[in-house]
Amino acid sequence: MTSPAASHLRVAGASIDASGWGWRHAGRRAWAVRDLDLRIEPGERVLLLGTSGAGKSTLVHALAGVLGAADEGEEQGRLLVNGTTPADARGQVGLLMQDPDSQVILARVGDDVAFGCENLGVPRDETWRRVRESLAMVGLDLPLGHPTSALSGGQKQRLALAGVLAMRPGLLLLDEPTANLDPAGVLEVRESVARVLEHTEATFVVIEHRVGVWQQLVNRVIVLDPAGGVLADGRPADVLSAEGERLSTSGVWVPGIRHQLPSRHRSASGRLLGTEELAIARSRELVVARDIEVEVLAGAALAITGPNGVGKSTLALTLAGLLKPAAGRVLADPRLAAGAGGEPIRWKSRQLLTRIGTVFQDPEHQFVAGTVRAELAVGPRALGLPEPVITARVDTLLQRLRIDHLAQANPFTLSGGEKRRLSVGTVLATQPGVLVLDEPTFGQDFRTWREIVALLAELIDEGTAVVAVSHDAEFVAALADREYRLAAGLDHRSGSLVTR
Amino acid sequence: MTQTATATPGNRGILRVNPVAKLAAALLLAGVLVLTIDWVSALVALACELVLFFWAGLSPRTFFLRTLPVWLAAPAAALTTLLYGQSAGAEYWQFGLIHITDGSIDLAVATLLRVLAIGLPSVVLFVTVDPTDLADGLGQVVRLPARFVLGGLAGLRLIGLLLEDWRALERARRARGIADRGVIRRLAGQAFALLVLSIRRGSKLATAMEARGFGAPIARSWARPSTFGAREVALIGLGLFVGALAVTVSVATGSWNFVLG
Repeated sequence: MTSPAASHLRVAGASIDASGWGWRHAGRRAWAVRDLDLRIEPGERVLLLGTSGAGKSTLVHALAGVLGAADEGEEQGRLLVNGTTPADARGQVGLLMQDPDSQVILARVGDDVAFGCENLGVPRDETWRRVRESLAMVGLDLPLGHPTSALSGGQKQRLALAGVLAMRPGLLLLDEPTANLDPAGVLEVRESVARVLEHTEATFVVIEHRVGVWQQLVNRVIVLDPAGGVLADGRPADVLSAEGERLSTSGVWVPGIRHQLPSRHRSASGRLLGTEELAIARSRELVVARDIEVEVLAGAALAITGPNGVGKSTLALTLAGLLKPAAGRVLADPRLAAGAGGEPIRWKSRQLLTRIGTVFQDPEHQFVAGTVRAELAVGPRALGLPEPVITARVDTLLQRLRIDHLAQANPFTLSGGEKRRLSVGTVLATQPGVLVLDEPTFGQDFRTWREIVALLAELIDEGTAVVAVSHDAEFVAALADREYRLAAGLDHRSGSLVTR
Repeated sequence: MTQTATATPGNRGILRVNPVAKLAAALLLAGVLVLTIDWVSALVALACELVLFFWAGLSPRTFFLRTLPVWLAAPAAALTTLLYGQSAGAEYWQFGLIHITDGSIDLAVATLLRVLAIGLPSVVLFVTVDPTDLADGLGQVVRLPARFVLGGLAGLRLIGLLLEDWRALERARRARGIADRGVIRRLAGQAFALLVLSIRRGSKLATAMEARGFGAPIARSWARPSTFGAREVALIGLGLFVGALAVTVSVATGSWNFVLG
């Protein structure tokens, strides 16, 4: 029996060659990537940067050979991995993607890691040896029979990484592997990758807009130009000092670059929502927190914080009148209720529109129309507003959120940042007094982050009450007037108010 | 060593048998018992099965919990047959369409026994099937295409997410101000949204599988052996024996009643 993480993983790194390479997705007018000339030597560790829409994911998917056949897009130039086309290099290339949930393939931990080996025809004994080695490398100390459904987001990403490593790839590709994770999950995955890189000679390419996470683990930074080709390329320190400002403006989180936070008036004016011996539950029986005392004030922001799984989203949805309290009540003050009754959960769906608006963590859940324009009009139309008013509101929002060029696009086809802005816009269209947001800055690039913060600051100063669930310490620091911290466990008071 | 490394739900009695054999045995037994609607064959089969269950390796608690639906369904089916079944012989009670007669009593008893005789072994055989093991069996023993078997297995995992998505969609629609409309229109819209979400999830999963070499033009290996040996043959043999005995006794006593006859 060999010790885990042993010399077996000494697979030679793969080289990457692009010459005049480009890709245009079927049905799109613009090229996702074009005129790319690039050579990456075996064993190099590369951080791939660029504005959203610069084609980073397209390039990485192409290298992994999962972009699809000719009917899914048009290719120009040549892209080679170790001198062969990516389709022929399958198995030499491992890809870790963003969404933890869609990367778990099988029901048991061991089987999931073995899946790639099976597909490559690796003999049975060798497969299980690799499974154990890979799990040890990513630090996932679980029995092979452990159910994959019981894993946290960070664990799922490490599991997927182990599955990729078991294939012994010469090229390891990571496409925003931590964008959907909370801060603890980000650290977990980063540490796993660091350990893996100590033991492998594989070439490593990571896409990420939070530079700080990967800066210490790479020896080259390549910045893609949205207009085509490469914008900057070199040692991390050089590229970041030369291009830091420009990268920061285009949405990359560059450590050490200062940015202006919006100034706030900070003038709370009266209570809109309160609670009465509130207990919250995700499903009918599963109470996650009780004795919750929070007040939502007009013209102020309340942040709901706390570790994973303590019920932050549950509390937000309960305050928003979308989940029934397990016990006690959420009470709207007459000023907010405006004749609709005291408890938001009893309001009609239409009555919620002008009173409490909710922005969900996953924007795709709340899209109901076929175009961006129609999506923004859904709320105002449900209110029965006259057509000219609807048009005026929609036009204003399209411009304010910088999505006017997408008015006729299908909401599902937008980029992550555009989806987030649209989801905020759909709620603002009915001008609610309280705005509830669940992780509004999750996975967003720096540019969208700044826009959301600025927009919310403006709304709060105009008198809107904002309730935001967030893991994002910078976001909380920038906006919150008060912070309600939920703690795990039911044997003591579930939360405490932190005044900022 | 590698075999024990993969988790199996247990290793007693029926739990160790290859799912493909369980599937075959259950289908065989059901196939024979649906051919006739007499109570003799069902009673013979049920008697044999009840004896065999002792060796299945299920605790009584697990057995009754898992088979509870069958115990509830059987009397319900029997009662329906009793009230509305084909009339024959003496009539005991009549009310509207309800006729309780010698014939319907006969049929009701046969139905009760038959539902139990088909339902109980099916449940016992299937509650102990792990989907991953079944896929391994279908791929290695029956030699169905791996693409089809494993695609189905991976897709199965997404079903668990459907309920969560459905609830989220429900809340989102309330928040968007469109939950007051007619129930049918709302549910139709929501079902369509769920379909869209599922397809998107499915295509993401397909990409993840492809990125791990799924569908590569390489002969696939199987990490978990799926063997078909004496134990499996014995189980299928038992199914065959119970079916044959039930038919023989039924025909010998003259109660065989062919459904299509």
